[in-house]
Amino acid sequence: MKVGVVTFPGSLDDVDARRAVSIGGNEAVALWHGDEDLKGVDAVVLPGGFSYGDYLRCGAISRFAPVMTSVIEAAGKGMPVLGICNGFQILCESHLLPGALIRNDHRKFVCRDQRLRIERVDTPWTSAYAAGAEVTIVLKNGEGGFVADEPTLDRLEGEGLVVARYLDDNPNGSLRDIAGISNERGNVVGLMPHPEHAVEDLTGPGTDGLGFFTSLVERAFA
Amino acid sequence: MARVVVDVMPKPEILDPQGKAVLGALPRLGFDLVTDVRQGKRFELQVDGEITDAVLAEIDKVAETLLSNPVIEDYEVHVEDHSVSEVAHEAGRA
Repeated sequence: MKVGVVTFPGSLDDVDARRAVSIGGNEAVALWHGDEDLKGVDAVVLPGGFSYGDYLRCGAISRFAPVMTSVIEAAGKGMPVLGICNGFQILCESHLLPGALIRNDHRKFVCRDQRLRIERVDTPWTSAYAAGAEVTIVLKNGEGGFVADEPTLDRLEGEGLVVARYLDDNPNGSLRDIAGISNERGNVVGLMPHPEHAVEDLTGPGTDGLGFFTSLVERAFA
Repeated sequence: MARVVVDVMPKPEILDPQGKAVLGALPRLGFDLVTDVRQGKRFELQVDGEITDAVLAEIDKVAETLLSNPVIEDYEVHVEDHSVSEVAHEAGRA
């Protein structure tokens, strides 16, 4: 499958994400924020970083970038879209996912290997995992606190839309330990930790993140 | 030229870590009266011509679409009738 990775001004992890896409067995295609053309990709990754310097709110300016018009339209038709960290913030600002991400409750930037439980595995990004799988993936954020009102949180949990949850220690004040969520259809997934930094033993805490990039292949051949 | 001000504040139920940081600094500086701090944003928008209902409706849209995130923030729009120099001039004339 062809997987587009968008570069915004201030994206940091676009190259790592493209590398992870390749290691996962897919063809990585570089997409540019200022270009509406999705170049015929089958899926899109919005990578981590500090797009537009996090000005106004994280993801608030990127959400109106020309490429996002196409991404939002394609997501509505079912194209798989994965937002990692800043990409998650952009998906929330785009209202493709509910809730928002605010500054960590302890006010410090956090960078560490984080244990997670993968809870929703019927999405194109997580089907490589067993339900309830416990994995360790790099986490690094300053504004990763997931918040939403109580009815939204109840709906996310009730409908099984929580994709990943923090284990051991909540690193950023996210309500109900939520690390990642999906839309109802499951094609749009937002995740605060960085699976693209956990795809090779040489760098990072292991290869637990690889499943986010191999799931697409397994789906294609399923 | 008129000025419209949009104030954006985190919703009361949303944690405001920046406000908490400011609050935490105050006693260390000897300011003991303040019991809570909430930090928001103020946008000053210059508009050509008269402020009509249509202009205000558009500013409201700007505030809702871009300046605030309605999931976590509330906003208020108000018009500043006079520029600072005009206010000073009128005060001097009175």
